[in-house]
This record gives sequence, structure tokens and C-alpha cells, in this order.
Amino acid sequence: MKKIFSRPQSLKETQHLYCPGCGHGIIHRIIAEVVDELNIRERTIGIAPVGCAVFAYDYWNFDVTEAAHGRPPAVATGIKRVLPDRIVFTYQGDGDLAAIGTAEIIHAANRGERITVIFINNACYGMTGGQMAPTTILGQKTLTTPFGRDATRDGYPLKVCELLSSLEGAVYLERTAVNSPKNALRTKKAIKKAFQVQLNHLGFSLVEVLSQCPVIWHLEPVEACKWVEEVMAKTFPLGVFKDTNKHE
Amino acid sequence: MTKKVLMKGNEAICEGAIAAGCQAYYGYPITPQNEIPAYMAKKMVELGRVFLQAESELAAINMVFGSAVAGVRAMTSSSSPGISLKQEGISYLVGCELPAVIVNVQRGGPGLGNISGSQGDYFQATKGGGHGDCRTIVLAPNSVQEMYDLTILAFDLAEKYRNPVTILTDGVLGQMLEPIIFLSEERRAKSEEREVKEWVLNGCKGREPRKIRSLLMAEGALEEHNWKLNEKYNKIKKNEVRYETHNLEDAEVVLVAFGIAARVGKGVMNTAREEGYKVGLIRPIILWPFPEKIISDTANRLRSIASSLRRSPAFLVVEMNLGQMLEDVKLAVNGKVPVEFYGRPGGGLVTQEEIFERIKNI
Repeated sequence: MKKIFSRPQSLKETQHLYCPGCGHGIIHRIIAEVVDELNIRERTIGIAPVGCAVFAYDYWNFDVTEAAHGRPPAVATGIKRVLPDRIVFTYQGDGDLAAIGTAEIIHAANRGERITVIFINNACYGMTGGQMAPTTILGQKTLTTPFGRDATRDGYPLKVCELLSSLEGAVYLERTAVNSPKNALRTKKAIKKAFQVQLNHLGFSLVEVLSQCPVIWHLEPVEACKWVEEVMAKTFPLGVFKDTNKHE
Repeated sequence: MTKKVLMKGNEAICEGAIAAGCQAYYGYPITPQNEIPAYMAKKMVELGRVFLQAESELAAINMVFGSAVAGVRAMTSSSSPGISLKQEGISYLVGCELPAVIVNVQRGGPGLGNISGSQGDYFQATKGGGHGDCRTIVLAPNSVQEMYDLTILAFDLAEKYRNPVTILTDGVLGQMLEPIIFLSEERRAKSEEREVKEWVLNGCKGREPRKIRSLLMAEGALEEHNWKLNEKYNKIKKNEVRYETHNLEDAEVVLVAFGIAARVGKGVMNTAREEGYKVGLIRPIILWPFPEKIISDTANRLRSIASSLRRSPAFLVVEMNLGQMLEDVKLAVNGKVPVEFYGRPGGGLVTQEEIFERIKNI
């Protein structure tokens, strides 16, 4: 009998600490599958964020480092510049990438750093209890927007793919979701492509994944999946924002 | 054949880093250290090594973190306000036990301050450099030759102890021109051969995957880690005290100064001696670990001769700040004899005349 499905080699057997229904579990697995399929486990170095995924180095079965909040693109630059043949990726949430880390992500993309960024957008700060994130939707209630996000006081949801698409160094930017099997498969395709962009030394690649967060959103997991499609995706439309296929 | 080359202090740091095998430099413009990124932009690229002007001092220290994680000798430089930005990164380097070299070409502060040389970051450098029980080894050159030599030492110490090392210099030394001697080719080659370390993240081929982190949430784990770091700090305190002394045997006034202030202090010591004042000098070359013992021993000697003198023997701490190393000297002297202070903060420069006046008034 042939074995056709198993735990990816790049995923450890460690039990996750993520909430039931959280998108991190799905996305961690997708990354592990991609790393295995591209046969790059032994030369991959990941950079964990500060956020719910801060312990990602306990889940992936390859080299992973911590980084200060928001700084993974700079840390990735420091690794990739001195080890250009290794595959370097960051895994960041919306506080990490779109709040404190905006300078680092813009400049890493602008320099066309040959790194891959997996950006997990759950429209809130999960780890610290559910505060507003730059990606919180207008009207969304969070710990620091108890009456709902108000544009005049709190500004607008920040759209990272759109923002980075003006930068020449960014060659592949796509926004996907994991709220359905179809979307999860699309996410896997996008993440694989992003790693391939790096393998081909083409430039900076980023996949933004809308990720359900049932506990902070106060929604049942199935409702959370619906909320991604019916509400989040209206502010953050899925799709490819840049795909330049530049060759050196 | 020892060839002497006329060099600017800031550039001597660059040559020292290159001689030490620095593979990656990340910097950002800020006066008075702009010569460093400019020199490295040319030299590192010519040598096929990594140079990057980062988007901020904050990004630069995190790039150093990345290169350190990858097992490579990496350096960044800045001046006072930029070093403040790096403190988060320095604390992470300490917590993760990563080697790195950070150069601070001090300017006047606080805040935006001015661009003149100063010694106002002594506290910042020696009392941690970052949050938590954080220590960096702090080297204080006082000549262009030392800017070169101590930079090489900085890389070796950083790697030996898996800890960041700060080179604490200032805008005066950075701009100064003096002839220096380079490390011989043979010694340079030796400093470039190093084994791959067993904690490096370079891809898990042929081994188990590794992680690097400073977050330790398990019960008691972080405390244990801190005690382990403390053991390291104690080892550094035991092995890496470095200082220079002049005329201590019969001194009645002992100057304590570092960096550019010590250059001036040496001059005033010689002048004062010519006029019959028995002045000596202790110059810490490494500020952390602080040379407590030589100061304590000197305090003992001064106390023992106090009764036979008309005026009380004393230490005179001379620095370009409001009195920072002064506190460490006082701690080491422990009340045995008076510790006086002469200083010029905010980019003011100490002069021989002013120090001599102060000596006469002790």
C-alpha cells in the first residue's frame, strides 16, 4: 500500500497553542508542505514574529529565529545578504508588519530583497487580547475601539498589498484566504509561487493571507470563516496585486 | 617593514573591522560618523563583502542581528541618538547571545544635541545598552591607533563571549588624523579563519534544526538564563579588565579619564608634574568591565599617605559629561579618599588649562 498523505517533514509533532478555528494552523502546514515539495527544508531559515505565532520556531522543522517586533524584514535582509543561496522567509501578523514594522517592510520590498514574506491578516492584535490593528475594519469593535473603529479618530484599514504594489523591488504580491478548502488551496499555490520567486532570484515576494480569528472576533469558527468572505474581503479583496516576472 | 598610514579615526575603525574579518556592515548617516558608512560603502563592496545603508539605525541593528544569526561577523555604527534607537536590538543580541560590534561616535546630547564630540553616553553604554540585565563589553579608544586596534579586539571579544561589544568613541577622535600601523598580513589572515559555530542558523543540512530566541516563558526558564548570562559577565569581569596607568607611584592627585579626555589628561599630567604637582593618571581602556581593583588599590595607597600631606590626596575624574564614570569611580573608591569631578557636557571640550586650574583647587 502506498502512503499518499502524511504530516509534512517540515512540521514538527509539537502541539500548537493556537485557538480552535485559528488560521495559523492551516498556514503553518501549507508552508511546511511547500518547503517539503520544493525540497528546500535544509536550506530554509524562517523568522518568527512577535504575535500569536511567536513560538513558530517550535512548530517548523527547519532553522527559525526570533526577531524584535516588526523587524523580521531587516533580520531577513541580514541573513539573506550574507547567505544568498539560503531560502529566507518571514511570517508576520498585522501589528508586526503593518504597524511597528512599516518602515522595515517597505524598505525590504523597495530594495527588492530576495526574501519571502507571509503576512497573516486577522484584523486585530490577537496575542495581546484583541486591540485594534492597522487592518481593523471600519466599525469593527476591538479592545481599543470599543465603540467601533472610527475613521476620523482611528484612520482607515491599511492595505498592505496595495501599498507595496507601487514598489519596483516587489515582484509578486497576492492576497488570499484560508476560510475554505478552495481558498486554502489557492493560498498554497500563492505561497509556493512566492518561494519560487525567491528560488529564481527575482526579487521580493509577499503573500497576505486573511486569517480567521474566532476568539477575538467573538464568532464561532464557521461564522468566522464566513466573516472573512462577507466582510473582510470587501475591504481586503483577494487577488494578485503584482506579478512582474522580472528576469535578471 | 612597518608602514605608517595617516588615517582619520572613523576610517581607522573601518580598517580595523575589515582586518578583523567583518563580513557585513549596516549603517545610517549621522554626524559625526558619516565617514564610516561612506568608507565601508566603497571598501566592503570592493572586497565582495556586504554593505547596506539601512532605512534607520533601528533597521541596521536588526540587520546585524540577522547576520549574527547566520554566523557572520557584522558591525553597525552610529552616534548617540542613533544608538538610542539600537537599544532594543542590543538587548535582543544579548538575550540571544549573539556576537556583534556596535560603534558609538558620541555627540552632544540629550535629544538632538549638537554634532560636537562628547562622552555623554557612558551610562547608556556601560549600564546595559538595552533593557533587562543587559551588558555589553565597552571599549574606549583614545587614539586613532586604538580606533583600529580596539575594533579588531571588539570582534574577537564579541565572538569569544557571544555578546555584543560597544566601541565608545567620540566626534573628536572620529575626526582626528594620526599615523597608524596596520595588522600584518599574516595576523590578518589568521583573524579571518574561524570555525562555524554550533548555534548558527544556516539551514539544517546534516543536522537537527535550531532556533534562536530570547523569549523564555516556561516557569523559571528566564531566570535560569539570566543566571547563566551572569556567569558569563563574571567571566568577562575576571578576564577583560584593561587600563593604562601613569605616575601612580607617588601621585597625590590621580586623574581618571577615558577616550579623548584621557589624551588631554595625559598632557595636563605632564604639565602639572613640571610645575611640581604630583599628578598621576588611570585610563580605563575597557569601561565595562570597569577597572575597580586598580582604583581601589590606588585609593588605599592615597589613604595611607593622606596624614603626611598638607592637602588631602584625591581622585579627579575628568570627562565630557555631567559626571557619569564619576559614579563608578566613587563606588570603587568606596569613601576612602575624596573623588572630585571636572567635566564639560553638551559637546564642550575639556582643556589642559581648565583641568590644571581644577587640580590646583583640590
